[in-house]
Amino acid sequence: MASRPEVVAPPEIFYDDSEARKYTSSSRIVQIQATLSERALELLALPDDGIPKLLLDIGCGSGLSGETLTEDGHHWIGLDISASMLNVALEREVEGDLVLGDMGQGLGVRPGVIDGAISISAVQWLCNADKSSHNPRLRLKAFFTSLYKCLSNGARAVFQVYPENIDQRELILNAAMHAGFAGGIVVDFPHSSKRRKEFLVLTCGQRSVNSSVSKGKNEDGESCSDEDSEDEENQTVCISDRHRPRKKQKKNNKSGKGKEWILRKKEQMRRRGNDVPSDSKYTGRKRKDRF
Amino acid sequence: MRLLTHNMLSSNIKGVVNGFPLRIEAEKVAEKTVEMNGEFLKKMFEKVDWKAFVDASRAMGYTELPEDADSSMLDSDEFLNRFHHALLELHLEEGALVCPETGRRFPVSKGIPNMLLHEDETLKVVAVKFTFFLLTHVVSFGWAVLG
Repeated sequence: MASRPEVVAPPEIFYDDSEARKYTSSSRIVQIQATLSERALELLALPDDGIPKLLLDIGCGSGLSGETLTEDGHHWIGLDISASMLNVALEREVEGDLVLGDMGQGLGVRPGVIDGAISISAVQWLCNADKSSHNPRLRLKAFFTSLYKCLSNGARAVFQVYPENIDQRELILNAAMHAGFAGGIVVDFPHSSKRRKEFLVLTCGQRSVNSSVSKGKNEDGESCSDEDSEDEENQTVCISDRHRPRKKQKKNNKSGKGKEWILRKKEQMRRRGNDVPSDSKYTGRKRKDRF
Repeated sequence: MRLLTHNMLSSNIKGVVNGFPLRIEAEKVAEKTVEMNGEFLKKMFEKVDWKAFVDASRAMGYTELPEDADSSMLDSDEFLNRFHHALLELHLEEGALVCPETGRRFPVSKGIPNMLLHEDETLKVVAVKFTFFLLTHVVSFGWAVLG
């Protein structure tokens, strides 16, 4: 597997002039970016009324994803931390406005004005601490809270992410949930290691209460349900987990360690031929408190 | 950068309460023709902060916009044309955006505003928050114990 750019250098240094040009002139990357942003736009589920929307492209880079938005007739504002990438975007004469900024410092956008946000392969950069003053948790928090503020009621945000591992995915998702977003992860092609793509679909505000997260795509282009995926990693993380009552969890833990449980375990051990103390009326009793 | 974007941006320095609107210092303004879409303009009219918008267009050298506007004016084509021109066709190429509260300048070059913050501008919060915490919690706790 190719090394991840996140581990090489911070984004503003990694995407220097030559890397930015390389990125944009590679037809393979251009094609991948285009399909990813098309899918993100699809997941954004904008109302189909023909009115152009004002969208945010976070980590817009050289404007590859923005072009898809322009083709759909929307106005967009792109934010990126790499000046070299934005220069390439200027040369390509993209339609959207470009802003040089760090999403980890929060978005400086007025509240409630943006109709939707997309971000292609950018959010995982936030999980890195490139400077001593960086704290991924705080940066994620700053990003998601400011994003929540600037989105209008019922707007969606779709992020295509490449999390390094489960922990990182949890970290990102938790930060989003703490900011007040509802939603979850949509996994396209969960069974293919190469084509597998994860989208974080977040909704903001009232409409989110009963809005369901779209299904991921399968090899045949059909949507697949989560029950098919057997291993933990492939399951779509749902918000319902967050609302599970805590009490129930506690009760389960307590009932697990009663006298019957101990007797059962001892019986199990005996069957395996282990040397186990015999059962008596003292089995499973709490020891006397003593200092 | 178009005035559409300017109207959405606000100063992001931590601790700043009124980071909007950013004052424009225009050095070079460009104009690019864009196709007009009445529906989009009507929707944007609700979102645009009109006073900030008029001030910004004046700073860019465009004075055709009325001081006050309400949604009934959207029916007039003349008004729509002016609104469209100011919102989407005027570009700030070179200059700066100035935070109204702190006076911090965000330079704009080749149409791209540099909104990157220095480290102390993000760290300040922690320091401010900590002193605030000390003042409110610890001091009041001290009072409660002593008094």
